[in-house]
Amino acid sequence: MSDENQPIDFLGAYCPLPLTHSEQIVIGHGSGGRLTYDLIQSVFATHLTNPLLEQGDDGVALPPIDPEFEIVVSTDSHVISPIFFPGGDIGKLAVCGTVNDLAVMGAKPLYLTAGFILEEGLPVDVLEFIVSSMAKSAEEAGVAIVAGDTKVVERGKGDGIFINTSGVGIRPRSLHISGRNAKVGDRIILSGPLGEHGVAVLQARGDLGFLSDLQSDVAPLNHLIAGALEAGMQDRGNAIHTMRDPTRGGLATTLNEIARQSNVGIVINEAEIPIQETVISVCEMLGFDPLYMANEGKCVFIVDPEGTDRVLKAIRADKYGSKARVIGEVVSDHPQKVLLKTMIGSTRLVDMLSGELLPRIC
Amino acid sequence: MCLGVPGKIVEIYEANGLAMGKIDFGGVLREACLTYVPEAKVGDYVLVHVGFALNVISEEEANETLALLNEIVNLEEELPTQD
Amino acid sequence: MDTKLRYGFRDTKLVQAKVRQIQKLVTRPWAIMEICGGQTHSIKKFGLDQLLPPEIEFIHGPGCPVCVTSLELIDKALQIAALPNVIFTSYGDMLRVPGSKGDLFSVKANGGDVRVVYSPLDSLKIAQENPRKEVVFFAIGFETTAPANAMSVLQAEAMRIDNFSLLVSHVCVPPAMRAILNSPSNRVQGFLAAGHVCTVMGYWEYIPIAEEYRVPIVVTGFEPLDILEGVYRVVRQLEGGTHEVENAYSRLVTYEGNRAAQKVIQQVFEVCDRKWRGIGTIPKSGWKLRDAYLKFDAEHRFDTQAIETQESPLCIAGLVLQGLKKPYECSAFGTLCTPQNPLGATMVSSEGACAAYYLYSRNLESPKMNHV
Repeated sequence: MSDENQPIDFLGAYCPLPLTHSEQIVIGHGSGGRLTYDLIQSVFATHLTNPLLEQGDDGVALPPIDPEFEIVVSTDSHVISPIFFPGGDIGKLAVCGTVNDLAVMGAKPLYLTAGFILEEGLPVDVLEFIVSSMAKSAEEAGVAIVAGDTKVVERGKGDGIFINTSGVGIRPRSLHISGRNAKVGDRIILSGPLGEHGVAVLQARGDLGFLSDLQSDVAPLNHLIAGALEAGMQDRGNAIHTMRDPTRGGLATTLNEIARQSNVGIVINEAEIPIQETVISVCEMLGFDPLYMANEGKCVFIVDPEGTDRVLKAIRADKYGSKARVIGEVVSDHPQKVLLKTMIGSTRLVDMLSGELLPRIC
Repeated sequence: MCLGVPGKIVEIYEANGLAMGKIDFGGVLREACLTYVPEAKVGDYVLVHVGFALNVISEEEANETLALLNEIVNLEEELPTQD
Repeated sequence: MDTKLRYGFRDTKLVQAKVRQIQKLVTRPWAIMEICGGQTHSIKKFGLDQLLPPEIEFIHGPGCPVCVTSLELIDKALQIAALPNVIFTSYGDMLRVPGSKGDLFSVKANGGDVRVVYSPLDSLKIAQENPRKEVVFFAIGFETTAPANAMSVLQAEAMRIDNFSLLVSHVCVPPAMRAILNSPSNRVQGFLAAGHVCTVMGYWEYIPIAEEYRVPIVVTGFEPLDILEGVYRVVRQLEGGTHEVENAYSRLVTYEGNRAAQKVIQQVFEVCDRKWRGIGTIPKSGWKLRDAYLKFDAEHRFDTQAIETQESPLCIAGLVLQGLKKPYECSAFGTLCTPQNPLGATMVSSEGACAAYYLYSRNLESPKMNHV
């Protein structure tokens, strides 16, 4: 206060340069201004490059498709805690999830869009890792990420990062794959062991304090499915009537959905269902049932009995399907219900998952 | 009640004055408190409930029970039943 | 040994042989109660009730601590969990149990810090890591869980962790068995005693019960062969007119049980009357913290107001827990009352008799599905 009348030395005054904030996400990264631009250049453009994305407009114009194909669209939001887990991360999950949703429709996935909701404080190198992981999975699946968006929410209003992916694929008009198409007599093929994603994520959360070498099964299944569809070609349409990925809710919920949609009964054999020893152990410890655990790299195929061997062989030839098995069949009895033949020779009902999976103590 | 699973002790140590162990449940490791099974050694199987080993599983008794159960099967094979 | 312990007691050939052995033995109907909810779960999950001859009826006992925890105590839990400075920790299946208004999930949705733990020691660790918060553990359970809960109190004391307390709802098996046997409408003729309770407590407590009520009691494990062996021995006694206590779980259970665990339980807890949800108060059927450990008692530490509790008038959980009704005999079963929207506790826990029926055998042609 005493210096009030002192002349100001303007030579020493300058506007401080704004920080570049290249280390962690701040609110300004979602402003649409300079920081956003920098983030796009330094993170997204480095990993996700393709001519369509590089158009840089508000939307993307896609090339026309062959009239013998129809367009299949799917969207999925990915919120997962933690964002890194054994075998994957939220980026890989976001790409594979949408690729698989398109693939089980019988479509060839072509393009994805990605919307990011980032929480203030997210380290930029974490974001970069996630984006590079998306790029790798997109490359493996053979899809291009052609549009994107980034928003930032205040700290405490997000869980680090949320990703929405939408996907576009094409499917031959002649191919009829649907949950409504399961027919009595069809065989049920499961592409591999159950529950690995669910258990790996539970482990990564750390609350329950267990450790194993288990990895999430998260993987793009479009090549496996393309192989299966090719093997399933026959005179009267495809031998594969229904495909679905048993994600949240697990195999039990997926089969129940199909039984209801197609108004058929389903019987599965416990002895034929592949499940890793470690998954069984964790489930027994916590009182879970592997039939309800989430998967991110598995597919259920409902197949005409005549085509089953061919389709199974094609699935097994893929690296993600080497442990595929025929686990049951579609029956006319008990429509809309799924029964399990247990290893000890009894039969029990397998219902949908109700609510959250909670560890039992007791 | 009482979900209890058998696991094998792979390591014994002390933490905050309690005997603790690293237990292998078929490929899954979790810590359990061993204070109620002072006789337990590495390699023993214990029954663990909510983080505490409640007893050492007697291999001898387990084998005996299984042997008894097997006897029924053998007996049935020797003396075929009418049904 | 590893696979033998895990799968030896599920061997299909042995299971079938054991079932045939029971078939040959049984000459008339018998009602057998499996005390433990874990055994109810195994029976339904493995479909054991369908494999057995129709003469054998399982009556599902009250041995699910989640189901029998009184509504008053759940309401107290909901009140405490909603307090701003509290981290409320619980075993998973307690989160969905309905109180008079809402459940722990709804407390969480309204901003309460509610966490699932696997062990009370995990809860203690949370208390250590959050010294400015009050950490409460919902200590429910039968004798099996008591050694863990008791030790968490001793540890808190030894480590001077002052922000940790237990909301105790411990219940004991023998008084519940007596209450069932004393009931004028009792139908139970033999018991499968809970193997893991006996691992802790031994089976000496059951000898006077078997004697007094002339009822066979067989200590039974949880694997399919364990349960079938338990049934076989109970039926053998019923057919032969004896009433002894037998131990069919000798790989874990001894006559005297785990003395070290009993000693710690004795040190920390004392016997008290306990209200069982759906049944009512059973004298001397529970444990509470001794006065010396009062400061670890959440009921003492938090001033919870008395709430008027309200059970659904439709729910027959009490009759189910006492073995007087089957879940499917309830008018609300599978319609108004489902695991998604439970009216009573037996539909909540996957160990509860109603939930087990709902998940594993609802709507099948015949409720019992014998010889399908």
